[in-house]
Amino acid sequence: MQRSSEDNGIEVRGLVKQFKTGPKAVDGIDIDVAPGEIYGFLGPNGAGKSTTVNMLVTLLPPTAGRATVAGWDISTQGPDVRKTIGAALQAVALDNFLTAREHLRLIAALQGITGPRARTRADELLHRVGLEEAADRKVGGFSGGMKRRLDLALALVHEPRVLFLDEPTTGLDPQSRTSLWEEVRRLAREDGVTVFLTTQYLEEADVLADRVGIINRGVIVAEGTPAALKAEIGAPTIEIVPTGDDDRVAMSRVLEQFGELHPEAGSPGSVAVRLDQDLAKRASLVTIIRAIDEAGLQVAEVRQHDPSLDDVFLAKTGRTLEGATDAEAGVAEPVAR
Amino acid sequence: MTTAVAAPTARGVVNPHAGSASLPVQVLVLARRSIKGALSRPQGYMPAVIMPLLLLTINSSGLSDATRIPGFPADRFLDFLLVITFMQAALFATSNAGLGLARDIEEGFMDRLALTPMRTGALVTAQISGAVVIAFGAAIVYIIIGLATQVDFHSGVLGVLLLLVLATWTAFCFAAIGAWLALRSGSSEALQGIFPLLFASLFLSTLNMPRDLIEAEWFQVVTRFNPVSYMVDGMRSLIITGWDGRALLEMVAVLALVSGIGIAGCARALRRRQAQG
Amino acid sequence: MTTMPRFLLAARAVAWRHLYKWITVPANFMPTFIFPLIFFGGFAGALGRVGDVPGFDYDANYTSWIFVFSLLQTCLFGGLATGFTIAGDFQSGFARRLMLAVADRRSILLGYVMSTFARAAVMSAVVTGVAALTGLEVLGSVAELAAMYALALCLSICGTLWAAGVMFRARDPQLGPAMQIPMFIAIFLAPVYVPLDLLEGWLHAVASVNPITYVMQAARDLLAGHPHDTSIAVYAIAGLMGLLLVWALTGVRAAERAGG
Repeated sequence: MQRSSEDNGIEVRGLVKQFKTGPKAVDGIDIDVAPGEIYGFLGPNGAGKSTTVNMLVTLLPPTAGRATVAGWDISTQGPDVRKTIGAALQAVALDNFLTAREHLRLIAALQGITGPRARTRADELLHRVGLEEAADRKVGGFSGGMKRRLDLALALVHEPRVLFLDEPTTGLDPQSRTSLWEEVRRLAREDGVTVFLTTQYLEEADVLADRVGIINRGVIVAEGTPAALKAEIGAPTIEIVPTGDDDRVAMSRVLEQFGELHPEAGSPGSVAVRLDQDLAKRASLVTIIRAIDEAGLQVAEVRQHDPSLDDVFLAKTGRTLEGATDAEAGVAEPVAR
Repeated sequence: MTTAVAAPTARGVVNPHAGSASLPVQVLVLARRSIKGALSRPQGYMPAVIMPLLLLTINSSGLSDATRIPGFPADRFLDFLLVITFMQAALFATSNAGLGLARDIEEGFMDRLALTPMRTGALVTAQISGAVVIAFGAAIVYIIIGLATQVDFHSGVLGVLLLLVLATWTAFCFAAIGAWLALRSGSSEALQGIFPLLFASLFLSTLNMPRDLIEAEWFQVVTRFNPVSYMVDGMRSLIITGWDGRALLEMVAVLALVSGIGIAGCARALRRRQAQG
Repeated sequence: MTTMPRFLLAARAVAWRHLYKWITVPANFMPTFIFPLIFFGGFAGALGRVGDVPGFDYDANYTSWIFVFSLLQTCLFGGLATGFTIAGDFQSGFARRLMLAVADRRSILLGYVMSTFARAAVMSAVVTGVAALTGLEVLGSVAELAAMYALALCLSICGTLWAAGVMFRARDPQLGPAMQIPMFIAIFLAPVYVPLDLLEGWLHAVASVNPITYVMQAARDLLAGHPHDTSIAVYAIAGLMGLLLVWALTGVRAAERAGG
C-alpha cells in the first residue's frame, strides 16, 4: 500500500473512538500537524487526549475516521507507522529487572537495530538524557524523573521522525521538566522531528508548542498558536488599587471608558477592567495611568493580566482547565484493556 | 459481655477506642476481617478448592488399578485419596494466614495497629484463626463430598467428628507456619517462594501410597522423615481403617510438635519485629 | 550489520528478555525447577508398585513410565509460566512498549515461543538428570530418544500457544487459573499412571480422544525402544499446534484491538 505523503506530518480527519460503554471518547476530531512542528494537545483528564494518542500510535483502532502519520495510514499501515514513530506514553512502563542500558538494547533490537550500531546509539542516548552513571543499574531503583528520562530515550532509539509524548512531565520536578522541554525543543528544531505533545499543564503548552489544540469531551474546541488563541479571546485585564477606599467609585468611572468593568477579576479593594479589543490596540497602560492622573486620583498598585490558555479554555468551555476533574470532564478515558 | 468493638472497619482504619475491648474481642474483629478479605478474592481460593477436587476425581479414577496391588488398604482409591482435600485445605491456610499477614506488614497496617491500644499479637492470632475457620468450612464441604460419593468412613460418626478436628488442627499448624514466615520475611513475594516447598512436602509423603507399599527406598526414607506423612496417615486411618490408635497418636504428636514450633516461631518473630520498631 | 529479518530480530529480542529474566530472577527460576521435580519425585517414588498390577505392560520400569509424564508436563507447564509473564507485562504496561516497538506484533508471540522452547529444553535435561539418578531405564536408541524429546518440546510450543492465547485476551495474571486448569485437566486426562487399556469408565473414554494420550504413548514407546503408532502422535501434535497457533494469533489480534 502507498504512502499518502512523504513528509513527517500528522493528518487526522473525523477520528472517532467509541468504547463499549459511555459516550464517544473522541468524537470526530480533525488535526493537522506540520513536519517539524511541536503540537500541544491540551485538555483536562478524561477529555480524550490519551485515547487520541493511542489511536495515532496504533495501540488502539479507531471506531471511525482516518489518520495518517508521516503519510502512513494508522488503520491499514500500522507496521509502517510504528517504524516511523517514537512514543513515550503516560504510564512509564519499564522492566524493573533490566538496567537502563539493557532497556535501550532491547528496544533497539525490537526495532531491528543490533550490534555496534545499537551499542553506540544506547551510549549516545544515555548521555543525552543524563543517565550515563545509572546506565547499568536496574531501573527498579530509579526515581520517577530518571524513569521519565529513560522513557524518552527509549522513544528515540530508532531516530523516529514523529514523536508522541503523552503527558511527559507529569510528576517531574521543575528541573527535570525544564531539561525535558529543552530536549523536546532541540529534537524539533535541530532534528526536524514532529512532536505531538499531550499535556494538562498550560505552561508546558505555552512554552513548548508551536500550535495548540484544546480538546474537551472528545471534541476539539480551539486550535491555533498560543498567542493567537489568547488574542482571540480578548485583551488584557487591568487592575488598579486606589490609594483611598473612597476613590473606588471615581476610579471605576475613569476605567469604564477603556472597557468593561470586571468586579470579580480583581482582588478586594481594586477595580479591574477588561480592555476593549479595539481600544487595547491603541491604549497602553500609560494612557490609562495618564487618565487616572488627570482625574486627580492616586494609585497604590497597578497590575496587568494577560489572557492565559486557561482563559481560552474558560471562554470555549465555560470552565477552567486546571480545575477540571475527571468527573467534570465527562468522558472518562478507560484504561484500554 | 464486653462492648462490641468495630476496630479496623476497613484495611488501615483503626478505631481508637478498640483498646477497651478484651483480647478475644480484638481477635474476633480482626479474624472476621481476615475471613472477609480471603473470601473476597475468589481468584485466590477457587483454585485451592477446584484443584484438590480435580486431583481427587482424576487420580481416584486413574489410579483405581492401584487397589489391585496386594496389601492395598482400601477397596476404592477415592476413599484412600480423600485425605488430599483436607491437606490441600491446610496448605491453603498457609497462604491465607501468611499472605494476609505479609500484606498487612507491607501495607503498614501492622505498624498502624501498633500505634493503637490493640495488640499486634491479636492481628497474628486473627489471621491464623481466620485461615483455620475457612479450612474448617472447607473440611465440612469435603466430608459432604465424601459422603455423596459413598466414601465409607470406617470410624463412624465419632471418627468423622475427630477427622474434622484433626483437619482443622492440621490447618492451624500450616497457618501458624505461614504466619511465622510472614512475620520473619514481611514480604508476600518471599512467602510465595516458600509454597512450592510446602507443595513438595505434600507430594513427597504417603499421600499416594501407603509406606509399606512404596518400592523406592529413597522415597520410603523421605516419607518417614516428612511430618506430612503422619498427618495424612492419621486422617486417612479414620476413613479407611477405623480407629487406629498408633496412626492417631503419631499424628497428634506431630501436630503438637508442629503447632509448638509454629507458635514459638510466631512469638519470637513478633517480638523481634516489635523490638525493631 | 545483520541480515536477519526485522521480524526475527524482534522475536529474538523478546526471547532474550524472557530467558534473561528467567535466569536472573530466582522467583521466576525456582518454581520452574521445583514443580516438575515434585511431581516426578512424588509419583515415581510413591507409585512404583503400580507397575506390578496385572495388565500393566511396559518394557521399561515405572520410573521411566512416570518420567515421560513428567517430561511432557514440564514442557507443557513451561508454556503456562510464560502465560503469567505475558499477563504480567500487560499489567505493568510493558506489553504496550513491546507492541509499540515492533512492526509486526506476531514477532512477540514468536519470541515467547522461542524462549519457552529453550527453557523447556533446559528443564527437560534437568528432569532427565534427576530421573537418571533415581533409576530411569532407557531402552530406546539415540534416534528414538531424540524423537521423544522432539515430541515433548512440541508440547512446550502447544503450551505456550495456549497460554499466550488466553493471556493476550485476558491480560490479567489473576485469571491464571483459566489458563492453568484446562491444561492441568488435559494432561491428567491422559494415561498418566497406567496404560490406556487399564483405564476404565469415563476416564478411558475421555483419554481415548485426548491428543495428549497419543503423544504420551508414543513418547513412552520411544523411550522403551518399541515405537509404534508414532505417526498418530505426530498428527495429534501437529493438529494441536495448528489449532493453538490460530488461537494464539487471534489472541494477539484481540490484544491489538483492546489497545494493549
